[in-house]
Amino acid sequence: MNMSNIDAIIDRYDKAPSALLAIMQDVQDEERYLPKEAMNRISEALKIPISRVYQMATFFESFHLEPRGKYVCTVCMGTACHVRGAQRLVEQLERDLDVPAGQTTKDLMFTIEEVNCVGACALGPLVIINGEYHGNMTSGSLQKVVKKLQKTEAAEGGN
Amino acid sequence: MAKIKDSKALETYRAEVKAARPEGEKTIAVCAGTGCNAYGAQKVVQAFRDELKSRGLDQEIRLRPTGCHGFCERGTLVLFHPEKVLYQRVKAEDVPEIVEKTVVQGEYLEKHFYEDPVTGEKHKLEKDIPFYKHQKRLILGKNGIIDPTAIDDYIAVGGYSALAKALGMGPDKVLEEVKKANLRGRGGGGFPAGRKWETCRNAPSDKRYVICNADEGDPGAFMDRSVLEGNPHSVIEGMIIGAFTIGSDEGYVYVRHEYPLAVERLGIALQQAREKGFLGEDILGSGLKFDIKINRGGGAFVCGESTALMASIEGKVGEPRAKHIHTVVSGLNNKPSNLNNVETWANVPLIIEKGADWYTSIGAPNNPGTKIFSLVGKVNNTGLVEAPMGMTLRQIIYDVGGGIVGGKKFKAVQTGGPSGGCLPAEKLDLSVDFDTLWEEGSMMGSGGMIVMDERTCMVDVAKYFLGFLKFESCGKCTTCREGIKRLHELVEDITKGKGTEEHLKAIEDLADTVEAGSLCALGTTAINPVRSTLKLFRDEYMAHIKDKKCPAAVCKDLITFTIDAEACTGCLVCKKRCPQEAILGKKKEPHTIIQEKCIQCGICEDVCKFDAVRVQ
Repeated sequence: MNMSNIDAIIDRYDKAPSALLAIMQDVQDEERYLPKEAMNRISEALKIPISRVYQMATFFESFHLEPRGKYVCTVCMGTACHVRGAQRLVEQLERDLDVPAGQTTKDLMFTIEEVNCVGACALGPLVIINGEYHGNMTSGSLQKVVKKLQKTEAAEGGN
Repeated sequence: MAKIKDSKALETYRAEVKAARPEGEKTIAVCAGTGCNAYGAQKVVQAFRDELKSRGLDQEIRLRPTGCHGFCERGTLVLFHPEKVLYQRVKAEDVPEIVEKTVVQGEYLEKHFYEDPVTGEKHKLEKDIPFYKHQKRLILGKNGIIDPTAIDDYIAVGGYSALAKALGMGPDKVLEEVKKANLRGRGGGGFPAGRKWETCRNAPSDKRYVICNADEGDPGAFMDRSVLEGNPHSVIEGMIIGAFTIGSDEGYVYVRHEYPLAVERLGIALQQAREKGFLGEDILGSGLKFDIKINRGGGAFVCGESTALMASIEGKVGEPRAKHIHTVVSGLNNKPSNLNNVETWANVPLIIEKGADWYTSIGAPNNPGTKIFSLVGKVNNTGLVEAPMGMTLRQIIYDVGGGIVGGKKFKAVQTGGPSGGCLPAEKLDLSVDFDTLWEEGSMMGSGGMIVMDERTCMVDVAKYFLGFLKFESCGKCTTCREGIKRLHELVEDITKGKGTEEHLKAIEDLADTVEAGSLCALGTTAINPVRSTLKLFRDEYMAHIKDKKCPAAVCKDLITFTIDAEACTGCLVCKKRCPQEAILGKKKEPHTIIQEKCIQCGICEDVCKFDAVRVQ
């Protein structure tokens, strides 16, 4: 983690305490999670107790306190996806990646996440992998996508 | 880029942009909303761009990536103007042929026309497709003709003329018009926007805020997203008119971080509006000063609640407070703050432009105008539907939606998201408007409409919403934080076959407590899904409790998978895919499932092409 990046973000908002949420979001965009050191830095710069930064980080669902995998597989759990079998997709990922939803594989390659609706209901059930939307998924097609990523990684790792 | 200095200059400028877009100009509009993007719309746009360029047609034919056309089920959608011929399910590889045949030779390709799944009839023109034919697309209609990243497109179709008109009318008359139009809050509450504006305007203060609620958290709802993505200027124009009326110089749009495309397009639109002088100092020479900032939400459902939303803008956690004093009097930074939802703001320019009398001529009594619904779930034509208030559920689900997928039996429709309720088949002829749905124990909510068929378990639906709300409760009120958790446990017991009739009694009692003891609407309405399913589908609860069966074959602990030996062709597909190696059988011989090994994952059912897997 590069502290000067964090400082640059804080400065962009003129160290305004009201910009706490936005600063934290930008830091997470940069680091893909909220490192403890970054939260300390924000707390010092904004003169806000670290407890409040932590409160924000745990209140809002979009923040992550642990490093996440290279591939973040987000399964939409909205109602439309739910009635079309989203739960089966989560279970498929859990079986294939051998970690429970919400956690990251040991090799930091995959994270399984659930989201409460991304508003692409017509495509349900839906899985977003690193920002790419995969609509009308079945457990079979999801398995294929994951296998392909695993293969790519294995090939790159071998080089 | 020069600022437009007054309304006369706006009309001159409009004439210029219109001249650059002559009527009847050949345009290819590719839907690039989130749904179509997921199907690969960006690749389709690029393919058109390349193909038109290589043929030297890029000057002659206008290519326009637009916002959502609504018919997400059939993406990627391509609409040919001026004829309005709609091609559906277009892929990038189809583009060279489309350009050759349709653009160059003028021949329309039947294979891309929409085919009615029921009648098999093909439709060439957008307006003839049943999905569009029964709608009234006052808000969404423009999505198909403008590029959301080009303010000139919006100006060409009359954009910002309502603002110019409002500035000429003066705040009193604008307020009068909005009140007369009886514009009701599209976020779900249905509170008259005009009254809200008036209270905010009359609240004594040196500073007022206008805020747009785009924290569309209801699972199964995406109309606000599509309006922001497809036509952000309509929302901005509405907010400027609101600011002018109320007397505000600062506005916020609070938008979900799960909607990155909406954030991006709104940001572009705000910048363009500033450059043209619709935001900033001395707007259109009227002396009005106003600007809008974007706040991204942090992924908390409760932040759709007004006080929680404002706390979040202030940089605090989004916990609601008691509204002894309403936010219109003391809201953001303890100043009067007027909050309306995206769709409400988008209605404002229409009302000013065409007048309250016109507006009230559309819709149902006391419920004027249209409402956008996201029609999703087990329905054929999934997508965004804009219908006049007062259309019946049957018209929306069957005429527009094309009925239930696979010809299955309709069971219920859930409206109003986690705060709403379910309506069964007997209620299909209800008028869909704020008041009627409320009387029936459901609510309009922000407009989510989730269609359920015989394979949807209503106990599971109740469990789903309670699970959602348990997770999203901010934890401030004990009844909400603990009560919903316990309700969820009780319903979960039932889905696991551990329920008793005592459970139902406990659910009913606890629901009353949660409703009575919670501060904000998240808690007070959290009980609606369980209460309404229990009232309407008690038999289904009883089947889980007494017979230990899930009639819809959803609840895992109560179902078994078997293979119908008659229907099974012995193709080995399910056997190969079973993660438990629980399927036995040889090629061309009927397979069987070893029940002890089966984990009810449902993969065999998903992969079977011969419909041979039975679930009971």
